[in-house]
Amino acid sequence: MYGWTGKILRIDLTHSSFTVEEPPASLYESYIGGTGLAGHYLRNFITLPYDHPDMPLLLFTGPLVSTKSPASGRMSIMSRSPQTSAVCDASVGGRFGTQIKKAGFDGVIISGASNAWRGVSINDGSVTFADAEAIRGESTSRVAERVNAASTAVVGPAAENGVLFASIVTDGHYCAGRGGLGLVMAAKKLKYIAVNGSGAPGVFDEDELAKAREDIFRLAAASPALKGALGISEFGTGALYDLMHSRRMMPTDNFRATRFEAAPSMNAHEYAQRYQTKKTGCAGCHILCKKRGAGGQLIPEFETMSHFSALIGNSDIDAVVEANRICNEAGMDTISAASTIACHLELTGGSISPAGLVDILNDIAASRGIGVELKAGSYRYAKKLGRPELSMSVKMLELPAYDPRGAYGMALAYATSTRGGCHLRAYPISHEILRKPVATDRFTFSGKARIIKIAEDMNAVIDSLTACKFLFFAASLEEYARAFHGVTGVTATAHDLLRAGERIYYNERAMNAMNGFIADDDDLPPRFFADSGTGGDGIDVRPIPRGDFLRARSDYYKIRGLDENGMPTEQKCGELGIPWKRS
Amino acid sequence: MEALLNKYAGKLTAQGLCDAGSPLLGGIDAEFVWNRDDAAIPMLAEITRGLNINSILYAAPAEPYASLLNFLAEHDGGAECIRPEDSETRTFLHDIPLVRELSASAVIAALKKRKGAVIPGRGIVTWGTVSPEQAFVTFSSICFASFVKFFSDAAVEARRGGLDPNTMRRIVSTIAAYDNYVSGALAGVHLFRGPFEARGDAIGAIIQAGRRTVECRLVDSFFGNISYRLGGVIYVSQTGSSLDELAGCIDPCPVDNSSCAGITASSEFSAHREIYSRTAMSAILHGHPKFSVIMSMLCDKKDTCANRGSCHKSCAERRFVCGVPIVPGEVGTGPYGLCNTLPPAIAGRRGAIVYGHGLFTTGERDFTDAFRSMVDIELMCVKEYRKIIETL
Repeated sequence: MYGWTGKILRIDLTHSSFTVEEPPASLYESYIGGTGLAGHYLRNFITLPYDHPDMPLLLFTGPLVSTKSPASGRMSIMSRSPQTSAVCDASVGGRFGTQIKKAGFDGVIISGASNAWRGVSINDGSVTFADAEAIRGESTSRVAERVNAASTAVVGPAAENGVLFASIVTDGHYCAGRGGLGLVMAAKKLKYIAVNGSGAPGVFDEDELAKAREDIFRLAAASPALKGALGISEFGTGALYDLMHSRRMMPTDNFRATRFEAAPSMNAHEYAQRYQTKKTGCAGCHILCKKRGAGGQLIPEFETMSHFSALIGNSDIDAVVEANRICNEAGMDTISAASTIACHLELTGGSISPAGLVDILNDIAASRGIGVELKAGSYRYAKKLGRPELSMSVKMLELPAYDPRGAYGMALAYATSTRGGCHLRAYPISHEILRKPVATDRFTFSGKARIIKIAEDMNAVIDSLTACKFLFFAASLEEYARAFHGVTGVTATAHDLLRAGERIYYNERAMNAMNGFIADDDDLPPRFFADSGTGGDGIDVRPIPRGDFLRARSDYYKIRGLDENGMPTEQKCGELGIPWKRS
Repeated sequence: MEALLNKYAGKLTAQGLCDAGSPLLGGIDAEFVWNRDDAAIPMLAEITRGLNINSILYAAPAEPYASLLNFLAEHDGGAECIRPEDSETRTFLHDIPLVRELSASAVIAALKKRKGAVIPGRGIVTWGTVSPEQAFVTFSSICFASFVKFFSDAAVEARRGGLDPNTMRRIVSTIAAYDNYVSGALAGVHLFRGPFEARGDAIGAIIQAGRRTVECRLVDSFFGNISYRLGGVIYVSQTGSSLDELAGCIDPCPVDNSSCAGITASSEFSAHREIYSRTAMSAILHGHPKFSVIMSMLCDKKDTCANRGSCHKSCAERRFVCGVPIVPGEVGTGPYGLCNTLPPAIAGRRGAIVYGHGLFTTGERDFTDAFRSMVDIELMCVKEYRKIIETL
């Protein structure tokens, strides 16, 4: 077997034991790796509560990891979300995926639960279990420092204190942020996973991989969004901040407005000047979209920049950096944290100072004061106060920093996303705003149902390979299919891979259906259909036409092979080779 | 969707890529929509269902593209694909599959690997995943690449003394028609006169010059890029924008990078910015005039040069055609990016050609000189090409 190691590590925390499984090659070809393979292994447990000992926490790499395939060093972490109760996965950068592969595994399945806090160390083929009671309550960076391994995945105090949007932090600042995967890990009393690997996967055809790599590099160099003078290689994902401002779709004041007047003084250029930023990034990546200040400060990603400024009305750039640091150290999702605070501010009619922001984040992480209420996320908090409509979320997962009134494909994609209010399942911003592969009209649903379905399939493939979505602003599966063949020797065209992507995504829909998710859950908060955004400069940000949205959603179901209530069908499951279960 | 299908059917004919009534475009969201009725619709629908796409285009290219493609298909000895070496192909198409049997299964097999395929003697099939515009762009790029390959191959063949009379006749007639068309480009052209001092005037001038460049067929797929420097801001066309539809597609980019709103600016923005920093120019125009591209690819030392095979990124020679420098350089940035090679070459000159890619021209006050230089250089390249053919 090339590319894949052919081995999956199963760790049982209840018994402090491990076994190694060797799945058939056909399973790899059907589900590729990463999110796809993790989803396959999650399927039989998806109806269990997130904190049931049998609920697995899955960490899976893809076949391209630890090869010369560009920007392919990621991994997927997957389980059932404590926050949404839906399937939840996060594509994570850093070195963890590469180290798992080097240790000889395509994935790690962690089940069971310990009685006391533990740490797990994977050293090539062996696994050891350590007492972690002494580091209970420690921040993520302290734990990583103390464990001192080639790569670490850690939960912070937020997970220990029951924050529903607790994250898992790998290698200091690469986060599996969304949906509360950190809480799944904490439910098993697992404080950290460390991994040291020394092997290397076999590559089927180095020459073919080199040619694919050259094609991908050429396309990346031709991409303004990636390698352009104003692109994310230079400025980080924060380069999108000015764009969202100029397109009048920056979520402001809990999505009550779409323009933040202070934005020009809080953009990526300001961070670069103020903190003298330098490039850093994931293993095997030449884009290096992460930024660090000269003083070691972790520079926020776009979503964090936007939500800790515009969404909560904060115009202090240092406060954004500090908020990001607190979330990172405590292990909390920045999008959900900021959005929950924004919801709280709207419900209470208050505003927030930089010091107040620091206090409230520390309260959430420590589960004290108002944090006891806010740690449940915006939906549960707003519902408790009788105003669930003020939670700007889908399936109880808070929305990222693209106002859906400014991009209707994004509106549909938020609604249909299997993990809830997520921009990454279809990422229509690519064509609606960034003009790739070509520009589409952002204020229409025409054609968007199929576009979203195709993009979801494609991104499922990317998260299974496990490559970086940013590269697909430039390259396509056409080039990555060649890399896939060069690495694995498995003949597959771009469209063959998309078929696997369709299977992977449909499996997620099937898992959600098993947990009772229906069409009503594929919807946006009512605000977006009732209120205008902040227009101007010739841009009219109107409420989303409800009828058009519902028609597009209905079309999406038809194209995806779901019934009119968004449920999987026996016929489509059979066609894709997925087990069917009446929900 | 229907409006988009009709729009790109119209563009295909307006640009001389297809004869009127030839383009057949289909789009599918929940249901299929076609721009017209045709007996080929069931087969195209089957192809569409066999792929994960949202639009498809099938059309016979107009002359001379049809003949050139058929020639290339016939003269590659049953090869599975055509391999042009221009920048567009190298970067985006990779190669152009030939499907020698008109059946849905054969076309699907080719289109699973590539964005478009040629069915010799019949036409070109291309597709898109978000818009029929992708299908249009691929169709146009295939026509452009085949044109460039045919004429560059023919010149090499002529130098070897192997050009047959039929091919020679085709070349002569095609060049004559092309020459006439481009020669007429300057007639009646009155672009806005600069220097422009207001943002609106600069943008208006960009829109006008872009449209005129397309009308004169000095670009393929309507691409290329254009910019104007006004004070500390460079106004530049957006990536993937059509030069004939630039209203709303021009990004203001501060030269000090104080805003990233221009992240959607052309992939050649870095090159434009560097040219402005080195010169007193205010206007830059970039197109893909065919014979400028062809002449850039003709080099006597190609068979013996140590850099053969890498001419597009590392040429050690100082090359010129009619006094216009030819430089290597790939699209965008990166170690081999034309942003490194073009700016020093164009400084002090009215234009420079990037190998296998296209022509950049400049203007001190407005686009009049830039446009005139583009036409002049292209006509000079046509003349030079003729010399090669006629001498041999």
